[in-house]
Amino acid sequence: MHPVLILVVQRIALGLLLLVAASVLIFAGTMILPGDVAQSILGQSATPEALANLRAELGLNEPPVTRYFNWLFGVVQGDLGTALTNGQDIATSMGRRLSNTLFLAFWAAAVAVPLAIFLGLLAVLYRDQWPDKLISGVTLASISIPEFLIGYVLMYFVAVQLGWFSTVAMINDSMTLLEKLSAIALPVAVLTLVVLAHMMRMTRAAILNVMQSAYIETAELKGLSAFKVIFRHAFPNAIAPIVNVVMINLAYLVVGVVVIEVVFVYPGMGQYLVDHVSKRDVPVVQACGLVFAAVYIGLNMVADIVSILANPRLRHPK
Amino acid sequence: MADPLLKVTDLKIEATAYPPGEPPQDITIVEGVSFALEKGRVLGLIGESGAGKSTIGLSAMAYGRGGVRITGGQVQVNGRDILKLGTSGLRRLRGAEVTYVAQSAAAAFNPARKIMEQVTEATLAHGRASKREAETRAVALFDKLGLPDPETFGNRYPHQVSGGQLQRAMTALALCPEPELVIFDEPTTALDVTTQIDVLAAIKDAIRDTGVAALYITHDLAVVAQVSDDIMVLQNGHRVEYGATDQIINAPREDYTRALVSVRSIVHEEKQPGDDPVLQASHVTARYKGTKFDVLHDINVALDAGQTLAVVGESGSGKSTLARVITGLLPPSKGQITFAGRRLSSDLAGRSREDLRELQMIYQMADVAMNPRQTVGTIIGRPLEFYFGHRGAEKQRRVIELLDKIEMGAGYIDRYPAELSGGQKQRVCIARALAAEPRLIICDEVTSALDPLVADGILKLLLNLQKAENVAYLFITHDLATVRAIADSIAVMYQGRVVRYGTKSQVLAPPYDDYTDLLLSSVPEMKLGWLEEVIAHRKMESAGH
Repeated sequence: MHPVLILVVQRIALGLLLLVAASVLIFAGTMILPGDVAQSILGQSATPEALANLRAELGLNEPPVTRYFNWLFGVVQGDLGTALTNGQDIATSMGRRLSNTLFLAFWAAAVAVPLAIFLGLLAVLYRDQWPDKLISGVTLASISIPEFLIGYVLMYFVAVQLGWFSTVAMINDSMTLLEKLSAIALPVAVLTLVVLAHMMRMTRAAILNVMQSAYIETAELKGLSAFKVIFRHAFPNAIAPIVNVVMINLAYLVVGVVVIEVVFVYPGMGQYLVDHVSKRDVPVVQACGLVFAAVYIGLNMVADIVSILANPRLRHPK
Repeated sequence: MADPLLKVTDLKIEATAYPPGEPPQDITIVEGVSFALEKGRVLGLIGESGAGKSTIGLSAMAYGRGGVRITGGQVQVNGRDILKLGTSGLRRLRGAEVTYVAQSAAAAFNPARKIMEQVTEATLAHGRASKREAETRAVALFDKLGLPDPETFGNRYPHQVSGGQLQRAMTALALCPEPELVIFDEPTTALDVTTQIDVLAAIKDAIRDTGVAALYITHDLAVVAQVSDDIMVLQNGHRVEYGATDQIINAPREDYTRALVSVRSIVHEEKQPGDDPVLQASHVTARYKGTKFDVLHDINVALDAGQTLAVVGESGSGKSTLARVITGLLPPSKGQITFAGRRLSSDLAGRSREDLRELQMIYQMADVAMNPRQTVGTIIGRPLEFYFGHRGAEKQRRVIELLDKIEMGAGYIDRYPAELSGGQKQRVCIARALAAEPRLIICDEVTSALDPLVADGILKLLLNLQKAENVAYLFITHDLATVRAIADSIAVMYQGRVVRYGTKSQVLAPPYDDYTDLLLSSVPEMKLGWLEEVIAHRKMESAGH
């Protein structure tokens, strides 16, 4: 078997193992939360018999290990359980939220990643000249301002004053793609500003690091243009660090956008999670935690695999 | 008369230096250098590090490394001053009319791209040939340079071929655009002697067959004598002597050139081994953790007190691994080390402080072997504290004594390593080893990173210290000239085995085994035509077999 294949399979196996470990942590974490689910469902006036019945019905009397495996077994089969508060199937109601979140994250990434890498390359090309300083300054400023503030400022100027986009980012299935894009334009802009600086600065640093190498001098002495030197000789050797920081930011776009969702009233995963935490709806919280963990681990696994594939020494062994 | 291909007039090159704790200042690296190079000729630039050889070489492409700037004079290629060319004019010059072969091909090739792509890149970028023509040309060059499977060689990535092959590929890279001038910057310095001779012959043939002119930069006079028509000797950025190769080698006019020609003036009387060795390795076999093959096979060597055992071989032969086994860093899988009559624990953790004290080490890279934030006094004083508990005035007195022994003096006690020259750094490392009053010092390529004249000084110092302190040296090196200069006995290593072992006069006297013969005959000699003689001799031998 090709050594790269072995490495990739190892990474995937490790990712799965990590996911199982995360599920244990999530389950244990929700177990040790104070309070009693049956009590919170039935309220203070419930009779002891009713509480006991409900506990038995919910399986709360089983030992934790049994409950964990019951839960895990269900998850593997695609059954995330039912929400305690409204009795709905979690997988169904979360599915719509998740697809909304992924929709927003996808378009934010589609704008932010190419822009960040392009700006990073531009900053290298004009290193220590005004374009570099301008890019660094603007991106640093945008990462330093809290995202909700940027959100409200954009909302005020772009939506209220100019009236270009709507202030709330409500989307539903009856909208066309263009209508949806128009609805999420502002949150995408805010998210782009938030993740841009990190990726752009890493791109710049990674390429500048490679630019010290002897083979860059060779390329310069071949009389290649500065663009060719950077794009053909420096960039391929800087992929691994860039991909890592890109994936961390993509993960942030999926799991860390609660504030933006609240600001723009966007029906995504973040709001869904926050709602159910406040209602102490444990199965929903567990399911959300598991999905977030899966996204995080999955994206970082992809970063690892891309780094492995980007290394010619691993791809083409002696 | 037509203009020469390259004409350099009164060149001045400056750089900005950043001395610690002082404002940056401009320093002159090269001044007042002039020379001319006709089509098809080879000029050797020779000097020690810091002489400005590479800087002058790169000025033929109007290129300055780091903050280096060409601030005066003229560099004319085919009659036009390239220092006046703009960015696009320089781009047309570089990689087309003038090309460059770097010292370390391993670093100069981009690891992410195939060799063929990199070899033909400049040719294509300058539109000097179509893709197919360029590739045909590259394959022909691979063939001429003696690379294996020239048809498919270019499909490989740089890490898939050896260092010597990559250095030839670099030469192909430089010749592919059919330039008029190639700058060879120490192209064989990073190679083993046995590889160097083949690459050198390949480069020489390629220069002759293509009729290209070349600047050949090296610190090794014996090497440059084989390839160049003329030689310019440089020191501290100034021209010392400039003349035909024959005159420079056989009748140097300047003292500095004479010193370079006659380097290795050490006279050392060989001592005979006794029967009570200070160090004995018996049947040592070792492998690295997690690997499936032995890197040392049944090594048996011994070393007497106050004598020097030289361990020679090319890179990968197991020399340094043997040192790791002796110091306890790599426990052997079989065999044992006896030291001063006692059996040493194979593991470092099992050795007493006395074992550690009596066995010291000096490394190739003196500057990374010292803490840059400690003064010379602290560095040398540390073993005095650790092994003997010296403190205060007593320690100070010993440090000064040691500084005297390495011919540096008390003035250096508060200096930091960054303020010392390469030779001085190595001397401090020697003093640190001596401070422990060892019986044996393992010297791992201690002069390899130094210029010949400086290395000569270090070797003389080591020999004097040996006489005074009766310390034994296990001297690891790939340099046979060093071995000739200082060894009492020699172990020749090849692929993890000792292939030849005995006193110096035995080992260096015929009849030789095949490998020792190859090794000895590959060391460049300071005479014209040596390369042709050796190559012709080898051809005859292989025809005879």
